[in-house]
Amino acid sequence: MTAVRAAQRKFERVNEIIEKHGRDQSSLVPILQEVQAEYRYLPEEILTYIATAMSLSVATVFGVATFYAQFSLEPKGKYVVRVCDGTACHVRQSMPVYEAVRSKLGLVDGKFTTPDLMFTVETVSCLGACGLAPVMTINDEVHGKMTPEAACIIIDTLLEREGEK
Amino acid sequence: MAITSREELNAYAEKFREELATKKKRVLVCAGTGCLANGSDKVIEEFKRNSVDAVAIAKSGCHGFCEAGPLVRIEPDHILYVHVKPEDVEEIVEKTLKKGEPVERLLYHHPVTGEAYLGEGDIPFYKSQTRVALANCGAIDPDDIREYIACDGYKALARAVLDLESGEIIEEILESGLRGRGGGGFPTGRKWMFAHAAEGDTKYIVCNGDEGDPGAFMDRSVMEGDPHRVIEGLAIAARAIGASHGYVYVRAEYPLAVSRLKNAVDQARQLGLLGEKIFGTDFAFDVTIKEGAGAFVCGEETALLASIEGKRGMPRPRPPFPANKGLYGKPTVINNVETLATVPAIVLHGPAWFHSIGGESSPGTKTFAITGQVANTGLIEVPMGATLREVVFDIGGGVRTGRPFKAAQIGGPSGGCLPAELLDTPLEYDALKKVGAMVGSGGLVVMDEGTCMVEVARFFTKFTQHESCGKCVPCREGTKRMLEILEKIVAGEATMEDLDNLEEIAWVVKESSLCGLGKTAPNPVLTTLKYFRDEYVAHIVDKKCPAGVCTAFRNYSVDPELCKGCGKCRRSCPAEAISGEVRKPHVIDVDKCIKCGACAAACPFGAISLQ
Repeated sequence: MTAVRAAQRKFERVNEIIEKHGRDQSSLVPILQEVQAEYRYLPEEILTYIATAMSLSVATVFGVATFYAQFSLEPKGKYVVRVCDGTACHVRQSMPVYEAVRSKLGLVDGKFTTPDLMFTVETVSCLGACGLAPVMTINDEVHGKMTPEAACIIIDTLLEREGEK
Repeated sequence: MAITSREELNAYAEKFREELATKKKRVLVCAGTGCLANGSDKVIEEFKRNSVDAVAIAKSGCHGFCEAGPLVRIEPDHILYVHVKPEDVEEIVEKTLKKGEPVERLLYHHPVTGEAYLGEGDIPFYKSQTRVALANCGAIDPDDIREYIACDGYKALARAVLDLESGEIIEEILESGLRGRGGGGFPTGRKWMFAHAAEGDTKYIVCNGDEGDPGAFMDRSVMEGDPHRVIEGLAIAARAIGASHGYVYVRAEYPLAVSRLKNAVDQARQLGLLGEKIFGTDFAFDVTIKEGAGAFVCGEETALLASIEGKRGMPRPRPPFPANKGLYGKPTVINNVETLATVPAIVLHGPAWFHSIGGESSPGTKTFAITGQVANTGLIEVPMGATLREVVFDIGGGVRTGRPFKAAQIGGPSGGCLPAELLDTPLEYDALKKVGAMVGSGGLVVMDEGTCMVEVARFFTKFTQHESCGKCVPCREGTKRMLEILEKIVAGEATMEDLDNLEEIAWVVKESSLCGLGKTAPNPVLTTLKYFRDEYVAHIVDKKCPAGVCTAFRNYSVDPELCKGCGKCRRSCPAEAISGEVRKPHVIDVDKCIKCGACAAACPFGAISLQ
């Protein structure tokens, strides 16, 4: 019973979001954005549900969800680390920062999220804060003028904080 | 309350100006993305905590001088403080706000001569600029419509609605010679004329704020710093073409721009400057802010329209052009942020005034975001036709590393790399096209001798390859093959035959792609091949990276003579690639090393170097 109720609750929130934006296809992107803000990713069953609710084909909804870089079909970590690799950051050595963070967290071979779902490390093409290059963001916090060492210290602080909990 | 006539608009402006006049001083703290990330919000809080009578404290949009942020401007004294920290606020309050004395140590000092400058008017970074689109950026609070109106805001809209027929507005824009600031440089008036002439009752006007070029943040700064100017430009365009609804499409990566625009639209609605019966006439217009979801190709106009409609943001062949068949199949004009932000000034001051700035074929001003290895990173606006040298050296302050200037990358992934020989190229549409680059949206990245041009070409190709939507074959396959060859070159595995193939594919992609993304994607490769061919050859034949960047050709090693065995490198290594006993020379395991350079930076004895 509880599982059914939990599932109902899950779709209730999605229903609210759909009602708020309306069922026209032009609302699909804002709906997906809000759903992702809620769940940190777009679960497959919710995409199917949205398609039915909006009278769109499942392929259309998946097509849109996989087209835009903002959407993720896989769960992301609690801390999303984004190392900016825009031109300004790139020429001011952002890649060594990215590599250092990845290696610090043991991310190898195309893995972007740690197995404990704590960290996701990605690159982003330009956050528009080029004056602070190279830039790294952790969730919404911006860290400017990064070096590999400084980035690792920041990650260490987060690891410690999580270890204490 | 609502403003229903010109007289009411003027009275509203006058009322706020009087209110401002009761304040002896005004503190403006930059709250652009760059300064916020540097902690300017804490500076604002600190000013509010230490508030003084008769001093107004406001946050402002981007002042442009991001390198020196957080920036604090004190009016009417025209003082600009740089690198202000919360703990500096008390001194500013005591000295400047209470006694009217400047705080010497917070002024901008010339990096070479050490000379201190009091205000923006004196600093070389600002001196050579002419600000039209950025006129209010940094001078007003973007979240307060009263401030915009007090600076003659919405006066141009009043004129467009009350004094001019739609044809007359288009005539003025045509006469001014304004060309699209988003990259293409198409005459704005012509675009409006086509949409005006197109048949149909429903028409749309769209503002393209999908500024995706890495290294560009002009549009972001305008949307964040002066959102009402964009809305006013949009409303004037709507009046000209006969649209009653408009969209501003903003990148998802710009949350601050989205919230400031939304707030601006709400405020304009409350005053009746958007909605029904604007200025008491039959003109009705409203605006929706649309957030993108992270796709570079959506900066292309037909892809952008598909995205607004809730589809995959893929371009379609033109014709039909959006001016005839655009959003939901209706006639639509798509203008870039800066273009629309320039429109109110033209309508207010006249086309002749605009034409008197800049060059004959490219009148007016253009904003640039100068970044990379330049001393003064920031946002600038100069008359069209200013030379690259003026921008990089006079305003930008030259190369910050002290190494010689090597190239300027202009126009982002669609643009090109210009070498030192071309420093005297005027920055305007036709001259840049001639040398293989483009104005683009205005990103300008300065590179010094330590930058590998092959690596730069690979970097941009990787970007466009990743962002290619995959609809047309030349772009989808071509960018992929180009990237493969470039990766082979930087890895030291390419042959001269690969280089010929690269050039040939680049031309095919350029000539035969469907949209602007593919047509311009090979520009970084073609310009670097044209101006820096030697570097490609050095990678292929000599197996060397002349700039010492490409990691395939280099390894870090410890000089056992200089190493004291302190262990600093071992502890700083994120890959645990360094081993050694205390007080004995350490060694680097080249297989584990990720070549990040952390060890070399940590070594106090200079024992670690790159070979």
